[in-house]
This record gives sequence, structure tokens and C-alpha cells, in this order.
Amino acid sequence: MPVSSRFVVLLIPLAVIAVFWLMARREAASRGPGHRGYFDRNGALLGTVFLALVGFWTVFLVVLPYLYMVVESFHPRLIPSKRGGPEDVLTIAQYKSFFVEPSSGNWNTIHLWAFIYTIGVSVVVAAFNFAICYPIAYYMAQSGTRQRVRVLMLLLVVPYWVNEILRAFALRLLLASKGLINQMLMGAGITDGPIDFLGANVGLYVGLSYAYLLIMVFPLYNAIESLDRNQIEAARDLGAPWWKIHRDVVIPYAKPGIASGCTMVFMLSAGSLAAPQFLGGPRTLWFTSIVYDFFFQSFNWPRGAAYAFILLVACIAFVLLMLRLFKVSLGETIR
Amino acid sequence: MSASVELDTLTVRFGSFTAVSRATLDIAGGEFFSFLGPSGCGKTTILRTVSGFLDPTEGAVRIGGQDMAGISPNRRPTALIFQNLALFPLMTVAENIAYGLRVRGVGKAERRRKADELLELIALAGQGDKLVSELSGGQKQRVAIARALAVQPKVLLLDEPLSALDLKLRQHMRAELRAIQRQVGITFIYITHDQGEALTMSDRIAVMSDGVIEQVGDGKAVYDNPATPFVASFVGENNAFAGRVVAADARMAVVETAFGRLAGRNPAGLGAGARAILFVRPEAIVPVAGAPEATLTSEVESVAFEGNLTHIYLRGAGKKEISLSVGRTAGFAMPAQGASTPASYAPEAGLVLPEGALARE
Repeated sequence: MPVSSRFVVLLIPLAVIAVFWLMARREAASRGPGHRGYFDRNGALLGTVFLALVGFWTVFLVVLPYLYMVVESFHPRLIPSKRGGPEDVLTIAQYKSFFVEPSSGNWNTIHLWAFIYTIGVSVVVAAFNFAICYPIAYYMAQSGTRQRVRVLMLLLVVPYWVNEILRAFALRLLLASKGLINQMLMGAGITDGPIDFLGANVGLYVGLSYAYLLIMVFPLYNAIESLDRNQIEAARDLGAPWWKIHRDVVIPYAKPGIASGCTMVFMLSAGSLAAPQFLGGPRTLWFTSIVYDFFFQSFNWPRGAAYAFILLVACIAFVLLMLRLFKVSLGETIR
Repeated sequence: MSASVELDTLTVRFGSFTAVSRATLDIAGGEFFSFLGPSGCGKTTILRTVSGFLDPTEGAVRIGGQDMAGISPNRRPTALIFQNLALFPLMTVAENIAYGLRVRGVGKAERRRKADELLELIALAGQGDKLVSELSGGQKQRVAIARALAVQPKVLLLDEPLSALDLKLRQHMRAELRAIQRQVGITFIYITHDQGEALTMSDRIAVMSDGVIEQVGDGKAVYDNPATPFVASFVGENNAFAGRVVAADARMAVVETAFGRLAGRNPAGLGAGARAILFVRPEAIVPVAGAPEATLTSEVESVAFEGNLTHIYLRGAGKKEISLSVGRTAGFAMPAQGASTPASYAPEAGLVLPEGALARE
């Protein structure tokens, strides 16, 4: 292999810039004769600068890092002196290692289980978050007075000024065996010994849910806010009790917002690092932690990259499947 | 099945603002009753109180003799048609119509049958599977009516449902609403600021101003014998001449106005010296001289020909104009613009009322 595949990646930016340039040219040509094209409007110098800036941002900050990781994941793990040498071939060994342990040839049950567990917990967190945030969002959007809604929003937002790790530790202190909650429970005589909240992963669920509360509240709020209140009153007037009003009128209307919120919470939760690190039980293995360890503990970047992409692709596939099941188009979720 | 609606000294306040003040009236079962008034007069508040979305501050609403206090909107025998209709955009036409039945647990086949029946009534047979967004304004209007009728209410409440339609359709829908009301035979309570709608459709009208019911009566009574200056000036066109009564007996009164002494009926029994307003309808005035205490002379501001009628505007005191609407067949010579012309009316067509607030233009 005369040219390493790593360098092929560097050609892509040039291709992207070329595409931008072509798009600008096409825009000039496709409109009517009176329409001034991109370069006519902005001048040759500024036009080129704009294109270069957008191109740089897209290419170096968005496309290239990911592409580099994809390429990395198809390579073997090598010491720096051997990189680019004859052993540096394209391989799917890193992906295979997710399913089959390379050293023993057995199923890689630990990593597979961590993967399923991570996805499963993230689904639960998204559902749990929806259950908490829907009433809050509905209150803010439809029934609260302006003054109260403002206070509520402030109360929701201000805690997020606190650093994520600090928040996770605070929660850990609260839930620990000798933490405040256990001391209160024992002091009140409700329990005899401490309850192992952290070992039972209560901390994990609470921490993850709390971390992404806002990400659920605001899409829901946006969706419900634009619902005409007369629709709610019409349903009520026609005899619907409150839960049927939500089932038949509010939730169908807010479906894009619900999908958007759930998607983001699920994605972020599956990819989170701090909350599972600090709040997960001792036997809990979070998939992102495995990826982290490959990068920073065993310095196995190719395998870490492969794992990260397995997670990314699986999450995207899962989200698309869910959107399909609930008949929401991807475009609606970012409305 | 229809039910009577009684308002018993109904008062609704929002903080220190009184939206409805001591409204008392009886609406008979099967009646087409309208509340007429300018926006902000409290008519929508009355409707929302009857439907249960607002609670009376004082007084009571009784439907079919039963006090409605503490009964929520979904348990009242009323159905409300919203000003913006509030059809459910994600449901089909048939699903919209049958929604009230669905929440009552009626089965799918029965719902469909009922929806088809109502679609027949509103002349939209076979359009049940369309989405609401595919319908025209008038069709949406009719779907909203069908949706409300599907739950078999005893009282149908309509909150200016025609205001979003264009003039032609609005006039057509008036006749249609009236026909539907006769067919289903239930009580209709109709809210409007459009006096034409109220006059053409209603059995009786309540004219409201600033939270107070000024007058209740059928269209003819409200038009011919307005009880207050507000009703006189709000319902239909009217010329108002303010002044002081100079002579009066039990039947007639003469008012000293900016155009001299003018006479009119005196139902309020005003005595000499009282401040009063004389009202004369444009169609009661003709451009010729008549009895001395029912004739005024003024310069012609403009003449507008409108087919069957010609409107003549005379320069009045201050900025106000005096208008005459003269029928084509009456055979009067029309005065020219800028000329001075006498104008007169039969003294019985004039109406003298005690001074009071006029409707804002």
C-alpha cells in the first residue's frame, strides 16, 4: 500500500471545499438572469473567505475528526514506529473483537452485556425523564401564570450552572451508605441498616435523569406551547376527562417534541461518562467507560474507536427505528 | 331534547374588573337566543360561564332548572362552538365529529354510523375521511357544528362562529344555522357583535354594554323600541340629536337640538327640562319639508347611490353627519351635493330617550 489510508482522509477536505465552490457556482447559474450569484453578491475576496471559513469549520471541526476515527478503527493496534509500515493494513479485527474475545476465541460477553445494559438503561432514563418532564412542560406551556413559569424556568436552569462532576459527587454524598438520606431513614426508624442506593444503581438512574432534565423539558415545552388552548377546552367540553385530553389531543400534537426530547436524552445518556463513573454501582460496567479505558488506559485507539462507532451506529439505528414505530419523521423532531 | 337556561343575578369578576354585572334572564328551551354587543361587553364571559369554563362570582346559572355550580364543562349538557372552531387538526373529519362519542366509550362502528348521519345533516356526506385541513372555511364551520351536535347537547353555545368567514358565506351560514336549529330543536345561545346576524337569526336578543344587559327582546322590539341610547345607536344606523326637553306629554316630547325643536315619542315619560337624546332612523327621513317640529335644514355633504337605496349625508353639528336612506321607488328628487335641503320625518318615527352613553363608533 503506497499511500496510507490515513492520508486519503486528508483529501476529503479538498473535495468538500470543491463541493461548496460548485454549489456557489450552481446557485449563480440556476436562478433567473436578474438574480445575482453568490460571488456577485459578496465579491470574489469575501466570497472566497466565507467559503473557506465554512469549509474549514465543517471539514476540520466536524467531518475530519470523525473520519479519522473511522479510519483508525479499521487499523490494527501498533506501536508508533510501525505505523505506516507493512503491518499497518486495513482490518475489521477491532469490530470483531467486540463480539469475540481475540485472546480466547469465546464470546465477548462482558462487553456485549455492557452494551445491552447501556442501551437498556438509556431507554429507561429517557422514558423516566419523559414521565417527569411532561407534567412540568405542560404546566409551563398551558396552565401556569407568566410569573410562575418564569420562576420555574429559573429554578430548572440555575442548578445546571453547577459543574456536572460536582453535581454527580453531591448526589453520591446524598445517596452513600452513610449519606444524608440513609441517616434520615435510619434516624426516623424506617430502616435498620443503610440501603445500598449506589450498589442498586439508584444513583445511576437519578444522576442520568437529572443530568438531562432540561434537554427533555424544553422540546416538550416548545411543542405544547404552540397548542391552541381552545383545542384542550373543546375536548373537555365534548366530555373528555383530563387523561383523555392528554391522550387524544396534547400528546399527539406534541409528538415531534416528545420524539426530539427522548432521542436526545437517549443519545446523551448512552454516551455519558461522568454520571456512570461516579454514580454507578461497583458491578456496573458502562459502555462509554470501556471506550474511555481503551483510549486512556490501554492506549488501544483503534479498538476504542471501533467500539465508539458501534455505539454510535447502534444508537442511530435504534432512534430511527423508534421514530418509524411512532410515525415521526426525522425532520419533525428538529422543528 | 332542549333545556331552558336561566341566569340569576349572574356576576363575574376578574380581580377588580367586573365583566358581567347582575345579569338576569330566562332563555326558553328550544329558543335561538343571541347576546349582542361590542367586543369586551361581557358576552363571551356569559357564554364561558354557561359552558362551565368560568365560575360565577355571584349568582347562578341553571340549565333545565338545575343549578350548574360545581359541574365541570365535560359534565354539562352544553356544547360549545369556538370562535376559531378548534377542530382537531390530527384527526379526520369523521373522527372530529365522533370525538365526543369516543370519550363516552361508544364503539367504533356506532361512531362511524353517527358521524355519517351528521355529515348528511351538514351536507358533507362521504367526506368523513378527509383531513380537516382539506376543507374550506364554510365546511370546517359545519364540521364544528356537527361535532358539537354529536354529543346530543341540550344547549348549543356559539361564540361568534361566523366571524372568520367572508361576507357571502356568512350570510349563507346564517340561514343554514337557523335551519339546523329548527331541525334539531335544541336551545341555541349565540354570541355576536354583528347586529345583522343577531337580527336575522334570533328569536330574542340581549343587547349588552360594559357587562350590563341593556335590553332583552325580539329583533323588532330592539330595533323599533330601543330602551337606552346605547341600544338605539348600536343596533342599526341611527341619527342622534342631543338636547333638552322643552315640551312633553305622556306620548310625545319636543327636544331643543342644534337643528331647532324636534319631536319624537316619549316612552320614558320625560318631563320638560330633562336632558335627552332624540333618535331618528335614516330610513325614516325624507328629503322634503314636513311638520315644523319634525323638519331640519342642512347642507348636503355627499350623496351615495347604492342600487335600491340612496344615502344622503347632511352636514350635522360638529363632525357628525345626519344620514338619510331613501328608497328608489319613493320618487323624491335627490338634492345635489353642496345644496341646502330640508329633511323631515313622521314625528312618531322619532324617539326621545333620557341622556346616556352611545355606542362607540
